[in-house]
Amino acid sequence: MLYREAGDYKTSYVDDGQSFPIKFDRIGFYAVLLVAFAVIPFLINSYWVNAIFLPFLIYAIAAIGLNILVGYAGQVSLGTGGFMAVGAYACYKFMTGIDIWIDGVQYALPPINIFFSVILAGFVTAFVGVLFGLPSLRIKGFYLAVATLAAQFFLVWLFNKWEWAYNYSASGQINAPERGVFGIPVTGPATEAWATYLFCLVFVVILAFIARNLTRGSVGRKWMAIRDMDIAAEIIGVNPLRAKLTAFAVSSFYVGIAGALFFSVYLGAVEVGEAFGIQKSFLVLFMVIIGGLGSIFGSFAGAAFLVLLPVLLKNVLVGGLGWPTDLAAHLEFMIVGALIVTFLILEPHGLAQLWRVIKEKLRLWPFPH
Amino acid sequence: MNEMSSEEGYFTADGRKIGGVLMEMKNITLRFGGVKAITDISFDIREGEIRAIIGPNGAGKSSMLNVISGFYIPQEGEVWYKGAPRPQMKPYEVAQQGIARTFQNIALFEGMTVLDNVMTGRLNHMKTGLFAQALWKGKAEAEEVANREVAEKVIDFLEIQHIRKTPVARLPYGLKKRVELARALAVQPSLLLLDEPMAGMNVEEKEDMSRFILDVNDEFGTTIALIEHDMGVVMDLSDRVVVMDYGKKIGDGTPDEVRNNQDVIDAYLGVAHD
Repeated sequence: MLYREAGDYKTSYVDDGQSFPIKFDRIGFYAVLLVAFAVIPFLINSYWVNAIFLPFLIYAIAAIGLNILVGYAGQVSLGTGGFMAVGAYACYKFMTGIDIWIDGVQYALPPINIFFSVILAGFVTAFVGVLFGLPSLRIKGFYLAVATLAAQFFLVWLFNKWEWAYNYSASGQINAPERGVFGIPVTGPATEAWATYLFCLVFVVILAFIARNLTRGSVGRKWMAIRDMDIAAEIIGVNPLRAKLTAFAVSSFYVGIAGALFFSVYLGAVEVGEAFGIQKSFLVLFMVIIGGLGSIFGSFAGAAFLVLLPVLLKNVLVGGLGWPTDLAAHLEFMIVGALIVTFLILEPHGLAQLWRVIKEKLRLWPFPH
Repeated sequence: MNEMSSEEGYFTADGRKIGGVLMEMKNITLRFGGVKAITDISFDIREGEIRAIIGPNGAGKSSMLNVISGFYIPQEGEVWYKGAPRPQMKPYEVAQQGIARTFQNIALFEGMTVLDNVMTGRLNHMKTGLFAQALWKGKAEAEEVANREVAEKVIDFLEIQHIRKTPVARLPYGLKKRVELARALAVQPSLLLLDEPMAGMNVEEKEDMSRFILDVNDEFGTTIALIEHDMGVVMDLSDRVVVMDYGKKIGDGTPDEVRNNQDVIDAYLGVAHD
């Protein structure tokens, strides 16, 4: 009975355009924010952070980014892993200090604060994303997906071969040195669980806020117009090349930041083929599809679903039922797979649509007629 | 035709003042390979008038509209707009010049709500950059509200307030046609092109649509060029009519003049082409 819009009249367009038009949603949103910032940091230990919170937050950023491209602008991409790698390596270079040799003279940039390294990594990835987005003007649908696959393989190959990118380390890996904000380390071996959690959470909140703003305004409408019918979009005055390239840029910015955090805060050490291979592209794409195309909430739901479900299953099977770990690990794959198929049959438009349907039912509950 | 010869325009039968030339097609020829879709056609569209293009199937009417909106580039001839020849342009650049159109088979954005569809018509009037929009508060929000007011006026005008927040995919055909008109009107175009606005409608819906077209012209002074098959509608609505057949212009003038033109009668009733 609390959840309804009846009687909740909007008297200005500003009120009507807000992100959570229903009061109950608004209160819920602020409650979640409060818990996330003020309660969770005091309760978590490193297991919770490494198994659940960090992957969830980081994948949520990647999923929002890919959702902007696939769900809002309708350009299918399979290059997410490659773009995450760009973010990771760019972040590594920024945080360790970039040196360039020109004619035997070394020009060195001092190491940059980790917070700004991550953001700069996003901008570098945005630039790379625009380059690989250029074919999208001519290629559509599945063919574009295959073209972005080239980005995936090329970028992984590049970071394997380009010694400068991993500072000529013998192993070919990149390792995050200890860096912090306000004197509190967030990367490296000696981090506190709450610090890494809060660091990622700040990025998630800011980026989700920006994504919501972009998708509700004129930029978002341009993207959606291109997605729904590109000819009609053009006739209404949308420059298709520019709309598609901004989608690629913004999307890659998000994915790059996700890659940077994934490397620096979450993993700490990365071998590019292993961490950012094609399976990463598919994983993020599945999050977007399961969560719901064209929905910010769906990106969170999809990331939560694919991060939490395996952990939950492991805890239930091994911890609860006492099964051997190897058997549980195999069954976990099968159950997750089966659940994905079931979900997609039940609601092809993802968890976000499921939530929308529930909301519409709630509107009339408990008297549906 | 005498009253039309003056550059200042003319008065219609119902006393409306029609202004100078807004758009002029000069000797347009359009070929697809060896097929001539349009052969050497010239006509003008004057400010404030309702101009109809009619003709049997395959006469080249839609091709003509596509030339105006920049989808097709004619091999010969020039398009003059607002007193100057128009250089070769992409369709979105034509749109940015203030030419809006609707399509024969509705081209709405199915995944968006009616309001969002109408708001896409305002895209050319929205100039805030990516970073201002990312922040939203301030410039972007103010711009959104200002353009929302224009969009709401159009929604009000076309009486579609009740479906504002409904996804377009859920609407029936007649309403979709009206939403498409709303999107084109939200542009506040100087020239509005309507490609068969009444195709597939019943009599009642046709009457509604005719009323909207007349009201748009009357209230906003919008210049309208339309293609339509329903002769009754065309003759009642339009101030001047161009008649095309097999890619050639066979008549041009007021509805009465066209009605009595022997070539037009032949084209519609059929005579042996030799």
